Amino acid sequence: MSNYIVSTSPHFQSTSSTKTIMLDVIIALIPATIAMIVLYGIYPLFLMVLCVGSAVFGEWIYNVITKKPQSVGDLSAVVTGMILALNLPPVVPFYVPIVGGLFSIIIVKMLFGGIGKNFANPAITGRIFLMLCWTGIMTTFVVPNGFVEGTKSFFQHAVNINLGAVDGLTSATPLASVKASVESGAAPLAGYAMVSGWSTGNAYLDMFLGIIGGSAGEICSLAILVGGLYLVVRKVIDWKIPAIYIASTVIFTALFFCKSEYCGEYVYTYLFGGGLLFGAFFMATDYATSPKSTIAVVIYALLLGLLTVVFRKYSTMNEGVSFAILLMNIATPLLEKIAPKAFGTPKKTFKKIFAKKAKPEAEGGKNG
Amino acid sequence: MSNSKNNVWQQKGKIISNGLLTSNPTFRLVLGMCPTLAVTTSAFSGLGMGLAATVVLVCSNALVSLLRKVIPDKVRIPAFVLIIATFVSLLQMLLQKFIPTLYSMLGVYLPLIVVNCIILARAEAFASVNKVSDSILDGLGMGLGFTLALTLLGFIREFIGSGTIFMGSIGATEFGLTLGKLPEYSMSLFVLPAGGFLTLGLVMAAFNAIYSAAEKKKKEKMEAIAAQIEEAKKEAEDFAKLDAELAAANEAQVNTEENKAENEEVAK
Repeated sequence: MSNYIVSTSPHFQSTSSTKTIMLDVIIALIPATIAMIVLYGIYPLFLMVLCVGSAVFGEWIYNVITKKPQSVGDLSAVVTGMILALNLPPVVPFYVPIVGGLFSIIIVKMLFGGIGKNFANPAITGRIFLMLCWTGIMTTFVVPNGFVEGTKSFFQHAVNINLGAVDGLTSATPLASVKASVESGAAPLAGYAMVSGWSTGNAYLDMFLGIIGGSAGEICSLAILVGGLYLVVRKVIDWKIPAIYIASTVIFTALFFCKSEYCGEYVYTYLFGGGLLFGAFFMATDYATSPKSTIAVVIYALLLGLLTVVFRKYSTMNEGVSFAILLMNIATPLLEKIAPKAFGTPKKTFKKIFAKKAKPEAEGGKNG
Repeated sequence: MSNSKNNVWQQKGKIISNGLLTSNPTFRLVLGMCPTLAVTTSAFSGLGMGLAATVVLVCSNALVSLLRKVIPDKVRIPAFVLIIATFVSLLQMLLQKFIPTLYSMLGVYLPLIVVNCIILARAEAFASVNKVSDSILDGLGMGLGFTLALTLLGFIREFIGSGTIFMGSIGATEFGLTLGKLPEYSMSLFVLPAGGFLTLGLVMAAFNAIYSAAEKKKKEKMEAIAAQIEEAKKEAEDFAKLDAELAAANEAQVNTEENKAENEEVAK
């Protein structure tokens, strides 16, 4: 028996590793990817390949240059590339995903110490970086006109930086029309022209199925819900974050627009018309950048919802999910400080707090 | 005589290179970050800011050094600030008269040179304890180091952020390069504050990496020379030992020969 060594706890074993978790995330992203291909054709898939390729290449070359152990095998760079590609508009010049992938991995992830040490979600920071670099390109969305049409026409625009000049190609997003209606006081979807051809004729159903203008992978709420539920069922992500985030967005939207007669429409558009679901399931739940303890998670998700609504309603941009997540990522270390007290810690009462304050006086100049 | 003269020049050179490289105010001391981040949206404004700070730095260093024995220790900081503020006001008026474009470009950061920590730090750390000539050189070195850093940052940010090289104007003459259609493809983040932080961090990392690599090489070279000297010393010692042994052996031989001769004599 003396051959057995007893190590310290925990003793349980699990087959899950970074690689299996990342594989689960990739599987969960597949429905959104399929929806993207069905709606836009092959071109966004080509962008996704560029994104994933540059992200993986970035991690590989960084490890080679700095002589660190190779970490490409854990597939996290693949996930970052995929999420970034799904965040991009469906038609952007080919160099945009390359720059984005390299920035996400090298600057945001590897320079801060690699996986698990990044202060912010690499994909979302990459998206914001691209957004601020090429604002025009990153806020121009094309009409989802189906696999065949998209494959035929979008490759012609592989280097076009001014899509708006092409007739009938670009489409307004539901959030843009909501923004306009916030100022004018009209119905949120009054200014929104439904996408011709593929449209079901019902703006609400269109929004749910993703037949609207928007980022390549964020528009099809159905596909994202399928992928997100898969992650929740597999227990890869903490269900509390997306649930509370979505709920708080709904509540705060209702609160902010409670005076408007179109309150319900606002809530529905904010819920399914932008990147909220995708952000809630795939980006706000990143392990390294979201808090762990229950109370911190609740505050994190509540503030995410509040910030999203505030940005969407009051800022100059139509979309606020990515900025909200980035800000809360940065606040995460602070939230982690709200740790549960050790068992047996005496409760603080007013009496004791005052007693503590009085103590140094009583001890006199001992410390001073 | 010439040797000591060389030494003096070496010392003066060291004071200047100290400001340019060894303790470059931006990349090594990390001082004066406010203008560094705010003004470097173009190479021209970076250069202008750097030169303006250099002029103030040289003048204030000279005056502080001149008055270093007069200023009472307790009120030295207010005295320094007063001296610096005088020169900044002068410079501000001169720029407003002669290069109004630069004056409006630098905006609030021109009067803010008064509280630039590089200038106050050099007054406190160097000028108040050194000779006038050395203080002027230190101001020049530090100022040029600051200018170099700001121009470099401005150049990078301008090139990536707006696709131009050294755009600017003095009076009616405009200069600078626009590279074809590049401005259309430029990454505008780099002229925003976030791009400033990003560029500063990356350039600072590169500067320090190159610097420490050079330092390491220098150290290795010195160590190699030291090792050579040590070896030579050892060899010399060995030779000395050998010599001593040889001499001893010779003596011993002579002795034995003498002994032999003596023995032979005795035998006879």
